[in-house]
Amino acid sequence: MTAHPKPSSSYWSDSLKLVGKLLFIWFLVSFGCGILFKDFLDQFSIGGAPLGFWMAQQGSILCFVILLVIYAHKMNKLDDQHGFSEEE
Amino acid sequence: MDQTTWNFIFIGITFGVYIGIAIWSRAGSTKEYYTASGGVSPFANGMATAADWMSAATFISMAGGIAAAGYGASKFLMGWTGGFVLLTTLMVPYLRKFGKATVPDFIGDRFYSNGARLVAVICAIFICMTYIMGQMRGVGIVFSRLFDIEIWMGVLIGGGIVFFYAGLGGMKGITYTQVAQYCVMVFSYTIPVIFISIIITGNVIPQLGLIGNYIKDGTEASVPLIVKINQISTDLGFAEYTASTSNTLDMFCITAALMIGTAGLPHVIVRFFTVKNVRAVRKSAYWTLGFIAIIYLTAPALGIFARTNFVEEINQKRYAEAPQWFKNWESQGMIAWVDKNKDGIMQYQAGSVFDGKPVYADENRAEGGPRPVSNTLTESPNEVYYDRDIIVLANPEMAGLPKWVIALVMAGCVAAALSTAAGLLLVLSTSVSHDLMKKILKPNISDKQEIRYARIASFGALAIAAYFGINPPSSFVAKTVAFAFGLAASSFFPTLIMGIFSKKINKQGAIAGMICGIGFTLGYIVHFQFLTDSKDYWFGISPEGIGFLGMIINFIVAFVVSSFTPAPPEEVQELVENIRIPQGAGQAIDH
Repeated sequence: MTAHPKPSSSYWSDSLKLVGKLLFIWFLVSFGCGILFKDFLDQFSIGGAPLGFWMAQQGSILCFVILLVIYAHKMNKLDDQHGFSEEE
Repeated sequence: MDQTTWNFIFIGITFGVYIGIAIWSRAGSTKEYYTASGGVSPFANGMATAADWMSAATFISMAGGIAAAGYGASKFLMGWTGGFVLLTTLMVPYLRKFGKATVPDFIGDRFYSNGARLVAVICAIFICMTYIMGQMRGVGIVFSRLFDIEIWMGVLIGGGIVFFYAGLGGMKGITYTQVAQYCVMVFSYTIPVIFISIIITGNVIPQLGLIGNYIKDGTEASVPLIVKINQISTDLGFAEYTASTSNTLDMFCITAALMIGTAGLPHVIVRFFTVKNVRAVRKSAYWTLGFIAIIYLTAPALGIFARTNFVEEINQKRYAEAPQWFKNWESQGMIAWVDKNKDGIMQYQAGSVFDGKPVYADENRAEGGPRPVSNTLTESPNEVYYDRDIIVLANPEMAGLPKWVIALVMAGCVAAALSTAAGLLLVLSTSVSHDLMKKILKPNISDKQEIRYARIASFGALAIAAYFGINPPSSFVAKTVAFAFGLAASSFFPTLIMGIFSKKINKQGAIAGMICGIGFTLGYIVHFQFLTDSKDYWFGISPEGIGFLGMIINFIVAFVVSSFTPAPPEEVQELVENIRIPQGAGQAIDH
């Protein structure tokens, strides 16, 4: 096994920042839109459905999938910048 | 061809495929047995994880639960998908980099203690055991319906199949059967819904039904389906479908506990140990959630379609003119009608018809009449009882689809139960063979002996699960969801997070945190579900949501204890540094 380079502190803090941002959105679309602000959002509608209700049943799930795609893409880019890239 | 023939054909073909895969992928080494040598492609692992994750309960009961609870069921939809965001961003990439085969392995090494490892092993066994019993029961029920056999025979057939490909094939066998099972599940779930969607909203994409218009009436100007269902619900005395019913704090805590629990379930975590490296883990994670989303976005639409359809076809109709599926499922014991006002017309309204499940008194049945029940009736004007599971099971018949579709749905139910049972069985057997035998009790056993222990353990675990599947301990199985998720949320999730994101948490802190978190959560659940009938919950938080508080207690205790005890040794701190870099996640073998 080859010795690993010390993780430059910026790699770790950059990835924490990214994860923090993504989890903020995660919280906002599920707990925020789907539960805490649901009644407020219900005055708007998407198609025929009240927005808060729709976020709780479908919208949040769609956002989760998108968040994971962004996570994979951004983390891979971060790896490349710090020379940690590996082929899949 | 009659229904039973179709059932035999579909179940026969799918079982043949599973067994074929098992023989092709028989495991030779512990590495193959535990993690399929890390050579599974991210796409295939995504399908396998989706099948692993979606259990018989999700497949059969979720849409019915949504149809009954409306907005209130959103906690399951968000909880069981949102957990994957936590799992992906906070855990699996780092655990994959660590490169060991099991979750207790990480806890034992990171907290340099066999005590911590043992606590983790016990949690893993307990979580998986409670979960797998429900799966065995599910398989038994589906088989007993399909082939008109006793439930115990169904449980044994299902158990035998799972043992054959999971016990013998290990992770490699499980992975590729789960891929096949996902395909069966996704087709059998969505095809009937597509047809129902066309009838009700005119849209071939059922997931869009939630925001679509109701067109079944034809002549009238179309209204949004949501407006229609709200109107139907309030007309019949139910709450509005889209209204918030439970208290917000409880909803918040249950959703959080389900998400955190999802991220802490060992059989889901280990699935990500089967891909090549950290980059593949990330890719695999979005495929997983994408595959899960196909079914989870369909479920709320199906719930709404089925409820609208059910009311339209049944309410205020004469029993004599009731559709055939109504009578079929009545004879299966999942529907009952009591003519309370003796008008020969079925009135469906809010409220229960009678207490509990129907107890039929067929000896009093009149020619061509409904099956009488001997339950004590309630005051409610509601006359129609239905088991929520018919929302999925009877769906093809409600939509007037051919017999082979019904057989396909049954094959989907079996696939859902088997795929989850197999994943759980693997964790159970590796917990015993690897964590307990190899790492704690007998460190000197060879690779071959370890696999033998794994196979013996999986046989033992299946035997116990099958026993409880045949003799479910009263209402225990229905309450296991709270247990499994509460435990995972209060033990594995916080401990793993602290192990990865903090270098200061030491073994004393981790062990104390796990014990306090689990102790509190278990105590609360046992108290309110088994010892008392009172619903005097703390702050209104029900047992399903208490794992969230258990997690917070685990975090606090671990931090406090760690700050008063010596820091972890140098090499453990280096280990933590090391797992934070994605590079070099170990050798992998392509399949």
